[in-house]
Amino acid sequence: MAEPILRLDGLTKQFGGLTVSDQVDLAIAPGELHAVIGPNGAGKTTLINQISGLIEPDHGRILLDGRDVTRLPPHRRARLGLARSFQITSVLPGFSALENVAVAVQARSGSSFRFFGDAASEPALQGPARAALAEVGLADRAEVPAGHLSHGEKRALELAMALASEPKLLLLDEPMAGTGREETDRLVAVLQRLKGRFAMLLVEHDMTAVFALADRISVLIYGRILASGPPAEVRADPQVVAAYLGEEME
Amino acid sequence: MHTPGEMQSAAPAAAEEGAPAPRRRRAVVLPALLFAGLALLPAAALALSAGYMLDLFTRVMIFSVAALSLDLLIGYAALVTFGQAAFLGLGAYAVGILAAHGITDALVSLPVALAVSGLFALLTGLVCLRTKGVYFIMITLAFGQMAFFTAASLAPYGGDDGLTLADRNTVAGLPLFDSPLAFYYVVLACLVGAYLMCRTLVASRFGRVLRGAKDNPVRMTTLGFRVYHFQLVAYVIAGMLSGLAGFLLGNATEFVSPAYMSWQRSGELIIMVLLGGMGTLHGAILGAATFLLLEEWLSAFTEHWKMIFGPFLVLIVVFVRGGLIGIGAAVGRRLFRG
Repeated sequence: MAEPILRLDGLTKQFGGLTVSDQVDLAIAPGELHAVIGPNGAGKTTLINQISGLIEPDHGRILLDGRDVTRLPPHRRARLGLARSFQITSVLPGFSALENVAVAVQARSGSSFRFFGDAASEPALQGPARAALAEVGLADRAEVPAGHLSHGEKRALELAMALASEPKLLLLDEPMAGTGREETDRLVAVLQRLKGRFAMLLVEHDMTAVFALADRISVLIYGRILASGPPAEVRADPQVVAAYLGEEME
Repeated sequence: MHTPGEMQSAAPAAAEEGAPAPRRRRAVVLPALLFAGLALLPAAALALSAGYMLDLFTRVMIFSVAALSLDLLIGYAALVTFGQAAFLGLGAYAVGILAAHGITDALVSLPVALAVSGLFALLTGLVCLRTKGVYFIMITLAFGQMAFFTAASLAPYGGDDGLTLADRNTVAGLPLFDSPLAFYYVVLACLVGAYLMCRTLVASRFGRVLRGAKDNPVRMTTLGFRVYHFQLVAYVIAGMLSGLAGFLLGNATEFVSPAYMSWQRSGELIIMVLLGGMGTLHGAILGAATFLLLEEWLSAFTEHWKMIFGPFLVLIVVFVRGGLIGIGAAVGRRLFRG
């Protein structure tokens, strides 16, 4: 395997007596789509929060593109090429869809301590923002305030914001959560198109989506990685079937 | 000089982005009308031989500058500060203390007023902006009170009683501020300049980050922005702008006192912003004007004017979320629909 874009070394986090991440080792290669699955409360979101820097691990290391980012604040990690979407939709409701994406473009293109010039008419910001919106199928919703978009559209908008920041690694925390079948299919198609352009860590409950998209899958149970490998291998793993997939896949 | 440019650039931008045109147009028309009215006011005052109007509206415009700076923080960054009057006082005290030492030229006192208020904003902002919500309100109030009591204890400069200026500042040796009319237009120029600066600021890259952080600070952080730094810069800019208002206020009244920094004054500034409609900038001007003019006229009408004034403010702030600007917009919508 090539030098991984993300490596977790023995990542451990406890909330009081509860171990939510237990010696988690994980490596994601450039361009790989790596899914993390597991039952509710397995510590998936906590894992993503540690990678993006919202929570600090107790032990272990996080290496982004070979660089130790374990103690870096979230905004510094973002600058190093880490983007994320949230399990609970997190957009800027007062901004238009376009401005939501434009602000993500702005984050990676030059200083934002510019006090003059209308940001809304800067082609260097608006152009890539429109392109990212088009890619997730929101081109004709550009001027709508994000707060007025449907749930599925907000999920797609989050994806566009992540795209616009041209990440090395994109963390997707249940992007399909709460969307209908049709919207899920659309999001899967979008992710399918984006696959290979950058590495993605996908946390998702929708097994159809996971097995359709993932290059490799890790199964997280009680904060521990139970199994890790290509979808077919994980699906066949008796331990995984017993602990989790059995009930999920009926 | 900036006004036509701003209008020209606003029109194509609205067309290109397909933004709701009436809103954009109103954001240009209303302030333009406001400033035109203020520019023509001295002629009316002259015609009616109502010289007091010039002083009254000079005061209105000075508080408008301070309210503008507060709207920048409350309306665009969701930073509800309860200590903005401190900067007003610092600007005024810069004028007063320098004058007490014989330095009475604006070329010195204005930069000093701006520097002192900017520095105070930087030092207090470093602490205040680490807190959120109610804590932020309380700690800005605490710093405001600290400034107030410090001023009250300055025995060489009048202490509680304040400090009377012998004369207004000169500008490069010229007694420009001595003519009420000239001073009026100086203040108007400051107000228009402050307004255009704020308008530019909120539309800039910097302003966009500030507005984004108001909506969703966690999202902005994970996008790669250090929100704290942006808020700190905004806090310093707003502090300096209020310092400018303080500089003008000291010159207008030729008197400086700790009362300028009282927490009641900070509260009045917040009410002005809410009254006019926060997050609109010209709403702050409208709010300051309404507040001060009502105070003036109601107090002439009855000595119990506060019994009318208080409930009026409460009604507006509680029932009209967008303030006076919001009422105007709602009435406009109703008219155009019907």
